[in-house]
Amino acid sequence: MIQTLKLEKTFGYKYALRGVTLNIGAGEVVALVGPNGAGKSTLLRILATLARPTRGRVAINEIEIPAGAMEARASIGYIGHQTLLYDDLTVAENLRFYARLYALEDMDARIHQVATRVGIARRLDDVVRTLSRGYQQRAALARALLHRPRVYLYDEPYTGLDPDSSTFLDAIFNDGRSEGASVLFSTHDFARGLGMADRALILRGGKIIYDAPRGEWRDADGLSQVYAQRVTA
Amino acid sequence: MTFFRQVAAIVSKDLTRELRTKENLSAMLVFSLLVLIIFNFAFELKGVDLATLGPGVLWVAFSFSGILGLGRSFAAERDQGSLDGILLAPGDRGAIVIGKAIANFIFISMMEAVTLPLFIILFNVSLTWLPLVGYIVLGTIGFAVVGTLLSAIAAATRLREVMLPVLLFPVIVPLLVAAVKITGGALEARPFDEYAGWFNLLVAYDVIFFVVALLSFEYVVEE
Repeated sequence: MIQTLKLEKTFGYKYALRGVTLNIGAGEVVALVGPNGAGKSTLLRILATLARPTRGRVAINEIEIPAGAMEARASIGYIGHQTLLYDDLTVAENLRFYARLYALEDMDARIHQVATRVGIARRLDDVVRTLSRGYQQRAALARALLHRPRVYLYDEPYTGLDPDSSTFLDAIFNDGRSEGASVLFSTHDFARGLGMADRALILRGGKIIYDAPRGEWRDADGLSQVYAQRVTA
Repeated sequence: MTFFRQVAAIVSKDLTRELRTKENLSAMLVFSLLVLIIFNFAFELKGVDLATLGPGVLWVAFSFSGILGLGRSFAAERDQGSLDGILLAPGDRGAIVIGKAIANFIFISMMEAVTLPLFIILFNVSLTWLPLVGYIVLGTIGFAVVGTLLSAIAAATRLREVMLPVLLFPVIVPLLVAAVKITGGALEARPFDEYAGWFNLLVAYDVIFFVVALLSFEYVVEE
């Protein structure tokens, strides 16, 4: 579960987030859209405990952060703009490193399981920098899923993915939903990104200006119209 | 227990990367050898007593070369974005700075292991290895811990290559002075009592900055 109450983040005098109140339940997949500079990445980074909120409350699985960040991080799977992998290590070495950071007991079995799930099992011994963007993103997915997170926070995960890899990502979201995980992801790609979303949020100028279940906007075209009215106009 | 497993994971990862790329080690080694050779020629021409100036030269070589490796410690993590990956791990973030400091200590020690024999040859000094190596290790621990912490701060700035020396050298002045005095005492085979005060200062410095690094790292990397 993800909960925020009147969340604010400032950088100097500039507001990145203004009074964001949010509640994402277990098994819910939520898409976060908005123009560049709207605060999407900042929101995701605060929820992932990578940035500290200026004001307001944040809770991940009912653990208040930043106070309980040490504990909350165990249940967070985060994908950022970069893969968070080491280019000069192999995929297996990267995953083994993260498995040790998360103190996983069944390390090798879990690495193989996750690598198979994201379709990178055959590339485990390849050095990350030799992989295509799509495979690097799959490896990043494997890293983010390794410790069985209950909260998925993905910042523009569809960027650079080919259609096959995008389908993989949809399947990951679907699995997360059926396993009761809370999923929040940002996207600019309405056509590919909204297929799995149960709900959409539009963020503009650090404020949530639209928050509605799929029933209200139906599909990518429907949300594009709402977006055009509220953001582009 | 998780803390120590995380420390071990970071040390192991940094060693694997460095042994594969050899970027930091080769730069540190070449630089330290150059420093020794330049000082050697400069002092010989002026007829300076090399045994007296030797400890200072040795620590200049260690610290100037070491800073090259320290500078890349967190800069490489920032550049690849992998710092976020390790910050996402559960538990105390102090494990990150301690793991990084241990890895840096190992790299700097490897550079010192090559530099010290060359120093003995170039500066024509005779030494008793055992206490001297112990003192160098003690100085290197403090240097690696402080350098790693300040490397994390410098890596977050635009002028990181400039910032690290500007931040680090004022802070390590007490360490360098103590290390030079102790090294000089050991090289001249003076009784330990004559430089015990400097030794105590070095030990206190190491302990204080170990605790400071452990407690402050969370705030250093915070956005």
